[in-house]
Amino acid sequence: MIGIFASVIDGVLVGAVYGLAAMGLTLIWGVMNVINLAHGAMIVLGMFMLYFLASVVGVPAYATIPLVAVVGFLFGVVLYWIAVHRVIGQPELMSLLSTFAVSMIVIGFGTALWTTSPYNVPVRVPGITWESYTFTGTHIMAAILAGVIAALLYLLLYHTRVGKAVRAVSGNREAAELTGIPTTQVLAMSFGLGVALAAVSGTLIATLFPFTILSGEAYQLKAFVVTVLGGLGNPAGALLGGIALGLLEGMATPFMPVSWIPVLEFVLFVFCLIAYPRGIFAFVR
Amino acid sequence: MTALLEVTNLSKRFGGLQAVQDLSLTVNAGEIVGLIGPNGAGKSTVFNLINGVYPPDTGQVIFTGHDITGKQPHIVARHGLARAHQIVQPLTRLTVLENCTVGACFGRENLPLAQAHDVAREAASTVGLGDRLGALAGTLTTGGKKKLELARALAARPLLLLLDEVLAGLNPTETEGMIEIVRKIQQSGVAILMIEHIMRAIMSLSDRIVVLNVGRWLAEGSPQQVASDPEVITAYLGDTALINNLEERA
Amino acid sequence: MRRPFFWLIALITILLAVVPYVTDDVQLRESLLLACVYIILASNLNLMIGYAGYVNFGNIVFFGLGGYICIYLVDTLHVHIVIAVLVAGIAVSALALLFGLGILRLRGAFFALATIGVNEAIKQLVANFEPWGGATGIYLSLDAYGQLGGPMQALWTTYLLIVLLTAASLFLSFFIKNSKFGLGLIAIGQNEDAAAVLGVPTAHYKAIAYSISAFLPAMAGGLYFFKSGIIEPGGAFNLSLSIEAIVMVMLGGQGTVIGPAVGAFVYEEIRGLLLTSETFSHFQLVIAGALLLLIVLFVPGGLIGYVHRRWPKTRRWLE
Repeated sequence: MIGIFASVIDGVLVGAVYGLAAMGLTLIWGVMNVINLAHGAMIVLGMFMLYFLASVVGVPAYATIPLVAVVGFLFGVVLYWIAVHRVIGQPELMSLLSTFAVSMIVIGFGTALWTTSPYNVPVRVPGITWESYTFTGTHIMAAILAGVIAALLYLLLYHTRVGKAVRAVSGNREAAELTGIPTTQVLAMSFGLGVALAAVSGTLIATLFPFTILSGEAYQLKAFVVTVLGGLGNPAGALLGGIALGLLEGMATPFMPVSWIPVLEFVLFVFCLIAYPRGIFAFVR
Repeated sequence: MTALLEVTNLSKRFGGLQAVQDLSLTVNAGEIVGLIGPNGAGKSTVFNLINGVYPPDTGQVIFTGHDITGKQPHIVARHGLARAHQIVQPLTRLTVLENCTVGACFGRENLPLAQAHDVAREAASTVGLGDRLGALAGTLTTGGKKKLELARALAARPLLLLLDEVLAGLNPTETEGMIEIVRKIQQSGVAILMIEHIMRAIMSLSDRIVVLNVGRWLAEGSPQQVASDPEVITAYLGDTALINNLEERA
Repeated sequence: MRRPFFWLIALITILLAVVPYVTDDVQLRESLLLACVYIILASNLNLMIGYAGYVNFGNIVFFGLGGYICIYLVDTLHVHIVIAVLVAGIAVSALALLFGLGILRLRGAFFALATIGVNEAIKQLVANFEPWGGATGIYLSLDAYGQLGGPMQALWTTYLLIVLLTAASLFLSFFIKNSKFGLGLIAIGQNEDAAAVLGVPTAHYKAIAYSISAFLPAMAGGLYFFKSGIIEPGGAFNLSLSIEAIVMVMLGGQGTVIGPAVGAFVYEEIRGLLLTSETFSHFQLVIAGALLLLIVLFVPGGLIGYVHRRWPKTRRWLE
């Protein structure tokens, strides 16, 4: 019983990071109605940035986060102008394909550069021991940081002028434009913010588990499940949804071979979409 | 005579907003009923409730004796109820003819392709797009797109046509033209329920007018009766031009 | 039959069938066979992407599942290949209809992701399914080709059958596009809500289109893996090929009949060139991605779309 308990707590910790991973996705969707199929690729870039900065350059692991955030933001803005700007008004099909194309390009380059071998960034953080169980330090650290970043995002969105502009554009772009908000810039920034969040979550995930260039896909699926659980465009819901997913994984892992977990998540994903299109946690706003 | 469309006690709430409350109205075969009211009165929502875009919370919609309450839009269309939207929705990559053919194929008569083309041509010429059949819908002017929206609905050979602000955004010449087209449609036997803000037009076209205010029924009657109803004038208070218009008609 | 394009398809089919025979060129036949498979995948995918406006990322699942059903029938139950292929086609489209009714309620990216999920889930299931060889797959024994007169003859017969399926795919696209069903489907693709208000039974039409789009690829899968003699989960449910099919449709011109075929052909040529070049073989996915991005941004109508815009008269006969 305690074994499952430990597994569950661990699931919640990791789930907070999943929530962070989903926040970028849900933000972009909420603001500009674009579903970023390059999200997984952005997460992977965050992972490799940690590897490069921590293992190659020697920056302390958690100190890389602000740097990753900045680089991710800039990259996201560039990406917006290249792949998203032209297709914003068009049928959804187009933005799906353009972001997917970006994903193909990024992963393709990544594979050429880094091959599909696993990479690992060893991070030493003391854990917390209770009874006979040790809760991994990195997991606790990651969960705390995820919470901090989520709080920062909340502050940004609800207590700054920039955040207000973002929320205005999410609500009604035309109306926002009429009140003088430079909506295109807001969109670019929001996209940048979303990518930054994705990259940072990748960095955090890389402190927990080994990864390959192909890991993005699995985490993108998790991000989508979380987004759907939490309701699209709802960052708070995303955090809750992430924890819920982590919880579910924690409960399932003792009983299920690892390769079946994505299948379970996919079933959950489709079920949620059909049964709860607004998200199970949609009441959290 | 049983009414063509019978709406009873319709209500719809969206979160904190009661959009429509306890609304009843009827439309008889062959008549034009105008639906007016200040902005935000819930008129478009009423249309959405009638043609199945949203299911009502309470109430019934009976069309040609059939209960179509809450039925899906495509089923409502099959019963012979067509709609022209306020914000036009042309099928942009299809031609004018193809747009209208969709209406004819999937409307009341459920026609096969060949016959649908003929009906489509007819509908297009009724609205004056007969010479632009091969044009892609996306290339039309605003006026053209509004006409296409109407033609498409007509092609379904409906018994009742829901017109949502079909005159909005048109210049005076186009407006006159459209008014004539609406008259022509009525003469061909189609009943019309129309939402309109251009008072002059709706007053002259309608046989009867229903006034809505904050989602509720406010008044009903002939154009003259409605125009001189003090409650209606109060509801529109603040829009003196509108009131002058109404008083002119009285 | 009166439309000129009909005869264009017929001509292409005849050429495909006859040329390798006349030249007795096995390499050409193999290359054309691959091109045909791509054309089948792209054309049928176009029914969803180009007509109905739904991106089926996991479209390869039909191909793989069809392959598995067919190989299993031939290898274990010793069914004749033609019957096995037909059974595979019908079974997979029936399954697609069932699945379709569920996942087609989802819009846009969610549908797209769900189709990837379906592909991955089925790959996982098959990899754990012992009667179908599990993770190692099924190796077809050589005497399976006896029913067609031996391995050599079987290869030629299989090729002809695939050409037949290619023709069927093109004709299917053509007939649907000019039918009432096709018109409704395209209306859905342009504006689903408007189509519903106009009376198009959107849910049914989408599910039917999804099911139809599974039929020929499933049969093609059956024939392809029969010819290859081996089927295993990774190769059968190859997501990359699924994605490339999308690129082919967009490259050639989604929504047209000949577009996906042109796209498939051109893409196969590009791919062939890339794979032989040492530097570029690693960048296959990058190039496909870059191509897709350029098309979506600048030429969303693809090659045929460009031709239509540049020479409007071609709209009449080049569908």
